[in-house]
Amino acid sequence: MSTVSWITARGLFGRRRFLMLFPLPVVLVLLAVLSRSLGVDPGAWGPPVLVGLGLAVVLPVVALIVGTGVLGAEIDDGTVVHILTKPLPRWQIVLPKLAVATGVTAVTVAVPIYVAGVLAHSVRLGLALVVAACLGALAYSALFLALSLVTRRPVLLGLVYVLIWEGLLGNFVSGTKVLSIQQYVIALADRLAPSGLLETTVSVPVAAVMTALFSVGFTVLAIDRLRSFSVAGETS
Amino acid sequence: MTTTSPATVAGAPTVAASTLDLAGVSRWYGNVVAVNDVSMRLGPGVTGLLGPNGAGKTTLLHMMAGFLAPSRGTVALDGEPTWRNPEVYRRLGLVSEREAVHTFLTAYEFVLASAKLHRLPDPKEAARRAIALVEMEDAQNRRIGTYSKGMRQRTRVAAALVHDPQVLLLDEPFNGMDPRQRLHMMELLHRLGGAGRTILFSSHILEEVEQVSGTVQVMVAGRLAASGDFRTIRRLMTNRPHVFAVRSADDRALAVALMAEPSVTGVELDRSGLTVRAGDYGAFTRALPRIALAKGIRVQQLVPEDESLESVFSYLVEA
Repeated sequence: MSTVSWITARGLFGRRRFLMLFPLPVVLVLLAVLSRSLGVDPGAWGPPVLVGLGLAVVLPVVALIVGTGVLGAEIDDGTVVHILTKPLPRWQIVLPKLAVATGVTAVTVAVPIYVAGVLAHSVRLGLALVVAACLGALAYSALFLALSLVTRRPVLLGLVYVLIWEGLLGNFVSGTKVLSIQQYVIALADRLAPSGLLETTVSVPVAAVMTALFSVGFTVLAIDRLRSFSVAGETS
Repeated sequence: MTTTSPATVAGAPTVAASTLDLAGVSRWYGNVVAVNDVSMRLGPGVTGLLGPNGAGKTTLLHMMAGFLAPSRGTVALDGEPTWRNPEVYRRLGLVSEREAVHTFLTAYEFVLASAKLHRLPDPKEAARRAIALVEMEDAQNRRIGTYSKGMRQRTRVAAALVHDPQVLLLDEPFNGMDPRQRLHMMELLHRLGGAGRTILFSSHILEEVEQVSGTVQVMVAGRLAASGDFRTIRRLMTNRPHVFAVRSADDRALAVALMAEPSVTGVELDRSGLTVRAGDYGAFTRALPRIALAKGIRVQQLVPEDESLESVFSYLVEA
């Protein structure tokens, strides 16, 4: 484990903010277990729980908390200076942080989404959701990591993206779905395990290419912004 | 036990000295000019960067440390720009003013992490040595969150020194330290400077600079107001004209008598009393009671005007 990822992980788990990660996944599992045990038709509870809660809320919100935490929290309290005053190429700082963010998000989301997928349909759907959610975790993490370097309000902007762009506009303006990580995740999961529960709006090639573009593009942006990282002086 | 003598770092034969060159450096934020056309060259030894709060010291230090792009001019360490060039951190250490530490780590973990990030061949030994240098062995296994301000400061200095840099920049390093820690830090800087390192520390306190460094760079309102040997600058400061507000039983008679006094360079009379300009602080304050007594004038008030550090510094700008 690199020193950067070790400090990042210690910082992430050492803050109280980390506890915010748990309620949402727990709710997801509880709802799935409840629906299943009450004998509700999976066609009725599957889409709202798997997509409406799991992929549209749990995945992006967990990614937002973690993704803005791995670097944004250090920028906020100034400790980032300690890592930046080292002769490390900036990609050696961004990539470990991205890896930690992606890993923590993926683990936090994969477990409940797998359980829900299995209960709703099959093990195959559960696994498909896990794989798609992991790819989504990478794209979201890259986005939120870059956001914490381009704005002082990464959490707010991230919420706007998740809630307004993906959540609200996605329902009215179909074009916005082409730039929605949520839609890529759904398309990829459905391709891996066709179940009839997931409604896709973008094609699989578009989803695959765009997920890669989001991940790489925002990572490159983050590395470049970190190179030009400025500490605000007392006069500013 | 880690009883490594502090002298092992400072006393070790040093590699080629480094110079930090600033050429016509300015930095502005919108309409506010924080640093205005500063040029200086810093070589081995301890240099104090002196100036009142808000003079632009921190902005200048951040530009030196590669954390801010100059709006104009260049900052170079041994000819290489510091901006967007992480390689300079092999030779440069920074202790920023903002008290930012990973509070969830112990001092040892924190310094060790720095050593590892520097890819030092023996990070554990380097961390132990740096901690010994700042005398933090006793508390090194406690979480930084439990430390006093001075202890945190020393921990940060240890982290900045772990790779034994040729250039060390410290922003207000004595803030929040008790007298003993202050003395210890001063000795440390002396030793590091004496061993051929280029040390620059900022301070708004004259006495701190006086005790640590022979050379000073004085900044006032973003400009480099004076630079060079401290004693020369100190003399300029003490010999500057002093202004006193004087009220007495008979201002006009006192004004006449004062004009005959060599240490007085000017007297102004108005309804609120006298404004006296004196070239020599000590001579004037000794002369005034003597004159008043001789003339039988009762002095009701003597107030030195504008003795703030800012005014002392701004005098230097005009000098």
